[in-house]
Amino acid sequence: MVRSALTGTRIRARRNLRGLRQAELARAVGVSASYLNLIEHNRRKVGTDLLAALAKVLGVSVDALVEDGDSRLIESARAAAERTGLDRAELERIDEFTGRFPGWAKVLAETEGRVARLERVVEHLNDRMTHDPYMGEALHEIISAVTSVQSTATILNDGQEIEPDWQARFHQNILQDSARLAEGAVALVNYLDAGKSDETGLAAPQEEVEAWLGQRDFHLPELEEDTEGLNPENLVAGQVELSSEASRQLAVQWVSQFKADSRALPLGPLQEALEQMGLAPDRLADHFGVPFDQVLRRLAILPPQLRAAQGLPSPGLVICDNSGTLLFRRAIDGFALPRFGGACPLWPLYQALLRPHVRICAGLTTAGRLGRRFTVYAYASVAAEMGIGRPVILRATMLILPAAESDAEDATPPLSVGASCRTCPQLDCPARREPSILMTVI
Amino acid sequence: MEKRVLVIEDEPNISEALRFILKREGWRVEVSADGTAMLGQMQADPPDLLILDLMLPGLSGFDILKSLRALDMTRDLPVLMLTAKGQGADRAEAERLGVTRFMTKPFANADVIAAVREMTAP
Repeated sequence: MVRSALTGTRIRARRNLRGLRQAELARAVGVSASYLNLIEHNRRKVGTDLLAALAKVLGVSVDALVEDGDSRLIESARAAAERTGLDRAELERIDEFTGRFPGWAKVLAETEGRVARLERVVEHLNDRMTHDPYMGEALHEIISAVTSVQSTATILNDGQEIEPDWQARFHQNILQDSARLAEGAVALVNYLDAGKSDETGLAAPQEEVEAWLGQRDFHLPELEEDTEGLNPENLVAGQVELSSEASRQLAVQWVSQFKADSRALPLGPLQEALEQMGLAPDRLADHFGVPFDQVLRRLAILPPQLRAAQGLPSPGLVICDNSGTLLFRRAIDGFALPRFGGACPLWPLYQALLRPHVRICAGLTTAGRLGRRFTVYAYASVAAEMGIGRPVILRATMLILPAAESDAEDATPPLSVGASCRTCPQLDCPARREPSILMTVI
Repeated sequence: MEKRVLVIEDEPNISEALRFILKREGWRVEVSADGTAMLGQMQADPPDLLILDLMLPGLSGFDILKSLRALDMTRDLPVLMLTAKGQGADRAEAERLGVTRFMTKPFANADVIAAVREMTAP
């Protein structure tokens, strides 16, 4: 019998099913909990004797641990059962259920996966409603106009005498604000209408991968340990958030990239260097003798605990190819990244494509009345060559950090950029591709 | 002597309405859309009351309040914060930074006047 690479995953699923802690199972079969942990993460192979012992304690056949097929089904069925609070006695019959009714079990597993995906969509939409920079600003505009109209109308209507010139001014103000209100409301409705057809969920593989990483705060602890033995495919396998083969393949690509980055800049030495040099990507690249973009990527996937300990901000990261298509997005609060279509051509990310292998650092401010300041680092390098006289494939990377307070005193005014033309209030921008829906608001 | 109120608000029509109702109450009203520029002036010659918007270009209302509370001349200055952001977290942050009163927009003129009278009662 060929022992599958996912035996560990199945052992883990069966252990969870029986409600056993890792340490308890390890003790029962005479191994250490840390060794069992490695096995469960498919990082150590299981010997025949140990496998038999595990199967015995878990009350299943050895085949059930070794053969592909039903572990993911059982895991999904268990997740569905836990969601509905099924009692333990019923839960223990899950083997019987999946064995006797595999078709129904598959329906249940698929429904569970769909529910989980829909929950993520709801969470995403809710997040968007709360944090969407355009929505926030448009509502602020409307509330400001309403405040002005209400306050001014009260003055005009409170029965006290008002000098004619004040009266004329207030009438003018109400006229202005009511026009602003009407236009703001129309623009907001247009914006919401435009979003309806787009918001069909997290269907695109890239979005699934970003959502999967986002749930982990863009940090995979496995990458900080023994990366040599880490198989990205094993890490990605069984992740319910990655619902399609395309998203799993894409996730494997990124995990492989981050694995290489973590090996080139191991956590211990990187931590020391950060303590000495601070968040200085250029110095870190020189210190480790690695490409600048590798440092930018590595800084975007640091363990959150390390960031917290060193007082480092949560970063944003975008990566694009020669076409300008965003291949990877890690969002940062206050710096909107477009979900569809092209981003702002003023971003240093795109300037880097014009000057490959040149390190770029720039101060940016986001366009709009409440613009926020950021410091970004960008770099483009050759990802692939197709031969003499054939196209070169470039990849540009941009790390986005909140500007330090000291940057506010910088004499050079930061470049004002948007997310995409559609939601950018810089109406006279020479890089504008299409009219802004904010034209009637700002 | 006439009491002096400073209004830091970047919406000109709201400033104008506030200027009118406060003037009618007997206040000498100064208006500015730029909190950063007014910080130095307030240190040298603090008003009797500050009405402060939260979302301003440049320094936010929180930044200004924090700076005021850190200095002797303005540590006890009555500050009424008016904001379109009425979420609990903003109110909590304003209170943490030492705001005297917090009101959300849209506001009723009568409520602003009542708050101002209360805050400056002897």
